[in-house]
Order: sequence, then structure tokens, then C-alpha cells
Amino acid sequence: MKKTDVIIIGAGPVGLFAVHQLGIKGLKAVVIDNLDKAGGQCIELYPDKPIYDIPAVPECTGEELTKRLIEQIKPFKTELYLNERVEEVHSEKDYWIVKTNNKQEFLAPNIIIAGGVGSFEPRKISLKECEKFEDKSVFYAVRNKDNFKNKNISIFGGGDSALDWALELSKFSKITLIHRRNEFRGAQHTLAEIRKLEQEGKVSIKTPCQIESLENEKELKSITIKYDDGKTEKIPTDVILGFFGLIMKLGPIAEWGLNMDKKTIEVNPKNFETNKKGIFAAGDICSYPGKLKLILSGFHEVALASVECFKRARPNEKYRFEFTTSSKTIQDRLGKK
Amino acid sequence: MPKIIYNDYQGNSKTIEVDNGLSVMEGAIQNDIPGIDADCGGAMACATCHVYVKENWFNKLPKPEDAEVDMIDMAYEPKKNSRLSCQVIVSDELDGLEVTTPEKQS
Repeated sequence: MKKTDVIIIGAGPVGLFAVHQLGIKGLKAVVIDNLDKAGGQCIELYPDKPIYDIPAVPECTGEELTKRLIEQIKPFKTELYLNERVEEVHSEKDYWIVKTNNKQEFLAPNIIIAGGVGSFEPRKISLKECEKFEDKSVFYAVRNKDNFKNKNISIFGGGDSALDWALELSKFSKITLIHRRNEFRGAQHTLAEIRKLEQEGKVSIKTPCQIESLENEKELKSITIKYDDGKTEKIPTDVILGFFGLIMKLGPIAEWGLNMDKKTIEVNPKNFETNKKGIFAAGDICSYPGKLKLILSGFHEVALASVECFKRARPNEKYRFEFTTSSKTIQDRLGKK
Repeated sequence: MPKIIYNDYQGNSKTIEVDNGLSVMEGAIQNDIPGIDADCGGAMACATCHVYVKENWFNKLPKPEDAEVDMIDMAYEPKKNSRLSCQVIVSDELDGLEVTTPEKQS
């Protein structure tokens, strides 16, 4: 079990800035996130979209903002636990214990939940029968492409993931690319390569159509797709790959006994503490009178929460408010001479 | 004030007066209409405010941006008359607009 001062759930902009606010106060933190990279919604939903309301930064993209925050917290050498979802939170005396789906355990007097709208999970095919084939013949990610050799693969989706995998897997499998409309939003040069393979008979593209049913005995045999005009077509299929993007799910957070308002956690706007002592919430996931879901609001929220975290993590020390411009201690912590 | 008709997939219907300038999504959220999640808060980034627009209204609405149509690819069971309700802005011309929420948003 790893012991620290603060466990931060969520590596979006607010979780990352929490590391900074805790770090300058001399507190250690770990960050846990279900995605494979830091940045949260900024990196997953709008990496290329400009943001115009970060103070003193007239314009930057979600990806740039994330990079800068990672740069800003470098001096604190904080460990990021990615690809891990927090499943369980319980208390032991004055401490909180957090368990992840990978069976990692963390112990700390404080938790800051900066979980946005919840953890990102792949959107699934709406056809119910697909459920029982999940991870057998229906997949929403390719972890090891060797498992996809010499198969009949039906790929659903119109974005980059669908196009990239159609191209890649066509090297050793028979690919049918299926999309609900004629336009693909993925990179057009990838699409051009796939169209070429289509002419050579190596890939088939089916649009505009959606999945109608599965045919199986023990194993998946084929699928039936339905075109917009009502026609249907059967396609021999061993493997279905669905790339419909990600959806945010609140997940286990709802079961930790915190006071909730719909999908948000109620906090005291004085220190952003929830109804549980030592559990804080900041960013999009918290609610209080007048709450705005802005990145800058989240920055303010973690600054205040970090003070309360200090008091709980260092009960025998007195908290002193200090400025980064003048405090030698803070400058030391930032590695500045 | 324009009236917007929100139907759910089971056929229940609610008619709500929504201020000009608000989105159909905001009209739903402010009036506790179930079936619209709007996880991203209206940033056209999540497709959880997806609605089906009644056919006779669909072509009367301003055309969706490409980014909205791209995002609808991600929605639960998109159809030809799918829109993201955060991108449909209420005005007097839309008085009587009828939308239906899908069975679920994710």
C-alpha cells in the first residue's frame, strides 16, 4: 500500500493543478486516471480546439494546456497512475484507503476528486446481443493486433480509430468498414488509402448503414447490416470492432456515500470539502451555489482545497500563506535558486 | 415565449415554454426534462443531449455544423433526424418544435 498526503482522482487540468497547489505547500500527491494519458476532457474531447478563457493565455488548445500543466508540476515528481480506475474508497481511523481496478492501494488523509463528469469508457454498440460476445468477438479497442490476424473483421465507425485500424488490419485480415453515413470524419488521406484498397478488392466499405442483427451458433458467424433505404445485407464476420468514441460515466463515485446533486458532488465552497471529512471535490464534478464549469473555477477550487489538505496532513504544523514570488521555501520546492 | 414539445421514447410528452436564445438542451435541463444528459455542458463534445427532431421540423432548423454531424456519429442510435439539442437555439420561429429523446444517451 502506497502512503501519501493526497490522492487525486482525475488527471484533467484541475487534478494536475492540484498537484501544483499541494506541491508548493510541501504536500505529496498521487494522481489516478482511467485514461491512458493525462489531460482529461481537454485531451480526450477537444485536444485541437482553442480555449480562450484561461487567464493570461489568450488562446491555447486542450493539448497545449495539458502540456503546460505537466511542465508546471514537473518539479514535484508526482506519480501518475494511468489506465487505472478507482473502485473503492473507505476510511480507517483518520485515513482514507483507495483501491483501483488493478488492485493498487493508496493510503492518505485526503482525497481530491477532480473527476470531471466521470471516467471515460468506450461507447458500445446499441444492439443487445453484442454484449455476450464482448471481449470474445466484439471489441472496442485493439490491444494486441496478433489476435486479429486472418479473420473476417467488421469495423464500425467513421473517425480516425476506425480508419486507422481498417488500414492496419487489412494487411492480414479481410476488412469491412461500416458507417452510418457516407462521410467519414477521420483523416482524409487515410480514407484515400482505404478507398484505394477498396478498388483493389481488399477492403469493402458499406455506407450508410447500421448493424441490424448477429448470426451465431457458438461463435459469431455473420452480421446483418441495414442500409438507410431499408435494404439489408449479410456480412461474414468473426470479429466486430466498434469505434464510437468515449462516453463519460460517473461509475463507482456515486457509491462512496457522498452527498450528490444529480451527477455532481456537493461541496462547501469555503474549502471544497464534501460531506466526508478529508474528501474534497473540485472542477466540473463539484457543485455549490453559483458553480461554473470552467477550468479557471477548478483552479481556484483546488487552491482552497489544498489549504485544508495541509491542515489534515500536517496537524502539528501551522499553515502559513505564502507567495511564490517571495517565498524561499516555495522556490526551493520548485527547484528555483 | 416559444413552446417546445419534449417527448420521451415511451411516448410521454411535456410542453415547456423556453426563452428565446436558450438551447433546446438548456430548456430541458432547466425544467428537469429527463432523457437529456448534456455531460459536457453544451460544448458539442459528448453527444449526450442527442434528440430526434420531428420530421416536419427537421428541415426548418438551421443546418448543423460539420462538427455536430461528426459528433452525432458518437450518439446512441443516431437516425437521419438526429440533432444535438445543445446546438438548436430557441427562437420565435421554432415555436411548437417537437423533439423526442432516445431510449438512453449512452
